[in-house]
Amino acid sequence: MIDSLIIEGTNKTPTVKFNGDTGVLEISGKSIPENSLGFYQPLFTWIDNYSQQPAPKTEVKIMLEYFNTSSSKCLLDIFRKVEAIKKSGKGDVAVLWHYEADDEDMMEAGQDYDSLIDLAFTLIEI
Amino acid sequence: MDIYNIYRNMEKDNIILSFKGDITKDLLSSVYQIIEVRLENDHQDPKRKKKFFHVLVECLQNMYHHMESLQTANTADDAEINSSAIFVIGRTGDQHNYSITTGNFLHTDSADSLKEKIDVINNMNAVELKAYYLERLGSTELSEKGGAGLGIIEIARKSGNKIGYDFKPISDKFSFFTLSVTVN
Repeated sequence: MIDSLIIEGTNKTPTVKFNGDTGVLEISGKSIPENSLGFYQPLFTWIDNYSQQPAPKTEVKIMLEYFNTSSSKCLLDIFRKVEAIKKSGKGDVAVLWHYEADDEDMMEAGQDYDSLIDLAFTLIEI
Repeated sequence: MDIYNIYRNMEKDNIILSFKGDITKDLLSSVYQIIEVRLENDHQDPKRKKKFFHVLVECLQNMYHHMESLQTANTADDAEINSSAIFVIGRTGDQHNYSITTGNFLHTDSADSLKEKIDVINNMNAVELKAYYLERLGSTELSEKGGAGLGIIEIARKSGNKIGYDFKPISDKFSFFTLSVTVN
């Protein structure tokens, strides 16, 4: 079984809690680094390894307050990687997209990804 | 130097924060913190504050990436061109709106394509901007610099305004690029 990936958040980067046992992949906080690829690369690598033997059900929980456009590409890449898990038939995948009440922009961002990715997106107001 | 005069002008122009110099990651972290604290104390619609913060991040990072390109290419002999830029954050329109202006050097070669890009975006309405954003997000490869042109689209989308710009030629190779936007 793959080790969990835990990264503490900063004022520019999110808190990451990827648990290979439960299949819960959580990203929360702010994601506004100048070079997002540098931050997200370890997350991509982890998901690639996890995809070999994923949990029966993978749940991607996004609870972001802000994210910049360079992070938006990285988030899309994460969704594409978990979408591939579902397509391979190795496990079920759901995305739980959280947004703060009244934050229409963040809600719309969830809908945007939903339109680009072939996965069940649930929008949750917090 | 007449610092009082600078102070009076900044006060008159409702400037919240202004900086000239090298734009580093640490500097941007501090700016985000200062502005976030400032916004918490502002009696403004939280939605507007959030939009402003989004636009601020994209504007400052756009400038950061311009400087990063200049420094990576290392073609400018002039230290000023390599490591100096300016930004001003303030309030406009009876203090109801926030405004951001950035100024940085860039290769004159890249000015035309950037101008074209901003013109295309400035001519789009909200529905077209959303469609264009999704198209760019879904189709472009991830670049190390991140953006893929998404930043400028988001500045227009979130601000709800046209993006102001100016390219001032300063030598045969370099221009000074100004970007300004007001967040409604």
